[in-house]
Amino acid sequence: MALDQVSTKDIIEALHLTLISGEEGIGRHILTSDISRPGLEMAGYFTHYPAERVQLLGKTELSFYELLSEEIQIDRMNKLCSKETPAIIVSHDMEVPKALVEASKKHQVPVLTTKLPTTRFSSQLTNYLESRLAPSTAMHGVLVDIYGIGVLLTGKSGVGKSETALELIKKGHRLVADDCVEIRQEGESLIGSAPPLINHLLEIRGLGIIDIMTLFGASAVRKHKRISLVVDLEIWDSEKTYDRLGLETETLKIIDTELPKLTIPVRPGRNLSDIIEVAAMNHRLKTLGVNAAEEFSKRLNRVIEEKDESGLK
Amino acid sequence: MVEQQAKVNLKSGLQARQAALFVQEANRHAADIFLQKDDKKVNAKSIMGIMSLALAHGTPVILSASGDDEDQALSNLIQLIEVEE
Repeated sequence: MALDQVSTKDIIEALHLTLISGEEGIGRHILTSDISRPGLEMAGYFTHYPAERVQLLGKTELSFYELLSEEIQIDRMNKLCSKETPAIIVSHDMEVPKALVEASKKHQVPVLTTKLPTTRFSSQLTNYLESRLAPSTAMHGVLVDIYGIGVLLTGKSGVGKSETALELIKKGHRLVADDCVEIRQEGESLIGSAPPLINHLLEIRGLGIIDIMTLFGASAVRKHKRISLVVDLEIWDSEKTYDRLGLETETLKIIDTELPKLTIPVRPGRNLSDIIEVAAMNHRLKTLGVNAAEEFSKRLNRVIEEKDESGLK
Repeated sequence: MVEQQAKVNLKSGLQARQAALFVQEANRHAADIFLQKDDKKVNAKSIMGIMSLALAHGTPVILSASGDDEDQALSNLIQLIEVEE
């Protein structure tokens, strides 16, 4: 599991901010997606000042600040520019107070401006930081979107993951990533995508690397997809018993999220792409509240009970 | 070929999970194994076949096996259904 490093420089580029002063500090790291609007701090209350957050000054904070005497203004801005603060952003394209510029130069805290209104900018920044700071990992496997269900195919090298993916693509499903899937956890969901370098590419033994988008068109690929199901392919092991009922659900934990997992044995004569296509449909059916295995089991128990009462005991 | 009468002693009968266990055990043996209830005879290695019989507690069945490990197969499977839980 790796955490992305986000620096002030990244948000300047991503959200088109203008750097006013404190350029020395643009390498500072942003460690939290929380944003602070230092209203109370403007009023002098610094006891719980969340210095490690990005500080966002809107119209409210700045109009209050204007009411303060010059001496207090300088003091407040100096306190605001702590050594942890990654950035102070002024919204609405308002003019940056002189005392803030002075303090930012002194403490090397970047001061930035945006043209956007405070609340709109605040939500943009939160979204950006949340997705950048989400815990992420990379897994060996192929991610395919089958009927809108993100299915992660895993299994040893050479078991036929890419070949199965190719069959699925030919059936009209979409490739997200082959071989290496980057996964980030956003809230409760795991989002998988391809590393930029291997985007749209699939490697098939004997053919080499093929470009799925060029070969099959834009409808055959997807940039990212929420993963809902893991299908583990393994060479059929006659010693091992495979699920015959589907009553038990195995899970696989990725980052902090448990995903349902199916283990599907590979053997000549088993059409994997058909099986996986049906697995995805069955998963969908389960989320819609229809579980064939459970319903059958209940039906069977009912019949057994009836027979039991009919005098055989 | 060997054949033996047996009785389902599992309290709640051969429910889905127990049926799966039974079929799993049957599949460990090379012999052809059949289970007969009344006039219905099913392959003991087929889960749908076994479950379609809906074997309740106290049902008498006939197990038959033919093949190299027929005796072992029969005794193992009878043990499975005659166990009282």
